[in-house]
Amino acid sequence: MTELLGRFDFDVIARWVQPGERVLDLGCGDGSLLTFLRAERAIRGYGIDNDPANVLVCVRNGVNALQFDLEQGLAGFEDDSFDHVIMSLSLQTVRHTVVLLREMLRVGHEAVVSFPNFGYRRHREAIARGRMPVSETLPYQWFDSPNVRFFTIADFEALCGERGIAVREAVYFDDGEVVVDDPNLNADMALYRLGRA
Amino acid sequence: MTVPSSVGIVAPQRARFDQPVTLQSGAVLPGFELMFETYGELNADRSNAVLVCHALSGSHHVAGVYADQPGNVGWWDNLIGPGKPIDTRRFFVVGVNNLGGCYGSTGPMSINPATGRRYGADFPVVTVEDWVAVQARLADRLGIECWAAVVGGSLGGMQAIDWTLQFPDRVRHALVIASTPRLTAQNIAFNEVARQAILTDPDFHGGHYYEHGVVPARGLRLARMMGHITYLSNDQMGEKFGRQMKQEKPGYHYEAEFQIESYLRYQGDKFTTYFDANTYLITTKALDYFDPAAAFGGDLQAALARAKADFFVASFSTDWRFAPERSREIVYALLHNGLNVTYAEVDCSAGHDSFLLDDPYYHGVLGAYMDRILR
Repeated sequence: MTELLGRFDFDVIARWVQPGERVLDLGCGDGSLLTFLRAERAIRGYGIDNDPANVLVCVRNGVNALQFDLEQGLAGFEDDSFDHVIMSLSLQTVRHTVVLLREMLRVGHEAVVSFPNFGYRRHREAIARGRMPVSETLPYQWFDSPNVRFFTIADFEALCGERGIAVREAVYFDDGEVVVDDPNLNADMALYRLGRA
Repeated sequence: MTVPSSVGIVAPQRARFDQPVTLQSGAVLPGFELMFETYGELNADRSNAVLVCHALSGSHHVAGVYADQPGNVGWWDNLIGPGKPIDTRRFFVVGVNNLGGCYGSTGPMSINPATGRRYGADFPVVTVEDWVAVQARLADRLGIECWAAVVGGSLGGMQAIDWTLQFPDRVRHALVIASTPRLTAQNIAFNEVARQAILTDPDFHGGHYYEHGVVPARGLRLARMMGHITYLSNDQMGEKFGRQMKQEKPGYHYEAEFQIESYLRYQGDKFTTYFDANTYLITTKALDYFDPAAAFGGDLQAALARAKADFFVASFSTDWRFAPERSREIVYALLHNGLNVTYAEVDCSAGHDSFLLDDPYYHGVLGAYMDRILR
């Protein structure tokens, strides 16, 4: 789903990744983030995606694509086998959120996650009008959405605090522009660099 | 876009090697011959050569047809040819019949120079490692220092893996399809029943049946019938045959009544007309013995640390003979070694035999990978 937001989040992620790192991208789609990081940071990257169409595009793009089902978890990956494990705009599509975050931080020294903020002003307004939000970051109707977890920036940060997940850095965006003031209301998307507390 | 076509009429070639070869078992063959076929042209810098390794019953006849046998189509013809996933307009493809085979390479049916009689049971057991070692001699003969790719399905995939371990600098890409890093106890159990069927056939004569003018056809037939059960999925068998019977009512006898019985009997009978029982025995042992991790205390990652190639690994959802889990083991061991690897898990109902079919995603992703090799 990364193509929806263009590359403004890629630049931030590239800043967090050191040259030559080993990077695992969960739900890598067409592999554009890994391609970007390879060009910018000479990373050794692997992408996981369970959609044959995405695997095919990754192969064409020279990206190491692994057709695994993320719901099966990351048990096959060794501890600390990656520098960064990334999940771009897909956290809300996974059922076992806490397990997955823990696994990302077991397999990677750090995790990078981004997700659409359900607490965004326009989303709240839609709910206030009595309808589920549909927007740039939540482009689906309620009945065909791949999203299975609905949470806000405030919800996520509370979870990290309760579960011993360290928020090392966070960047919030509204329509691709960085948001500083009250992100839970003003940001449509959040991007985090997470570590083990 | 050109329409994929056949490589057309092909002719097998024979390569004679007079240097002795010491096998993994310690046995020595004073010399040997390999049957092979090639398709496409080797380019000037010899960088476009692809070796295709065969599985249990395959041969060097991988693609095309013979002038005098227009119905004898190569076993992987749907994959290899002009415009096909392994495109012979760009790649120089080599198929070889393995040592111990029964399609013209030196094997149990060949004359043992020490006795002047056919080897029969005296032909030594050969391993995947032995096959790869003699394939390397063929590569030398053809002037191929480094394969662009070594490709194999099932037992052929084991050979592709072994190439990256035995000759890490002589293979740039390994394509390991519907394969496994080692057989399970269940796999070995099936092989053992197949071997017992052959070994206990009264016509086996300790493996020297050629001299008696017979073949252990009953045993070989049973072995093949059982093999076919393991190549198909339960679903596929259900779809293809179900409980269909040849007659409407049961006959209360032991002739073939259910369609699946007829199918297995037909496949078993057909096999005995062209395959050699001693080769079947040897090949199943090669399968059983293959286990590159064994020398590393079972640690596949340590075993694959020598490899330098990039890998393409594919498995099929309904393959219970070499299940997707086995391919994933290979994938994890490769990526934990930092090697480039692509893994496709193809949703296909046909079980282990899926690797011989032309599922659009399977052939699409394999073709995309091959395209990348020459870019």
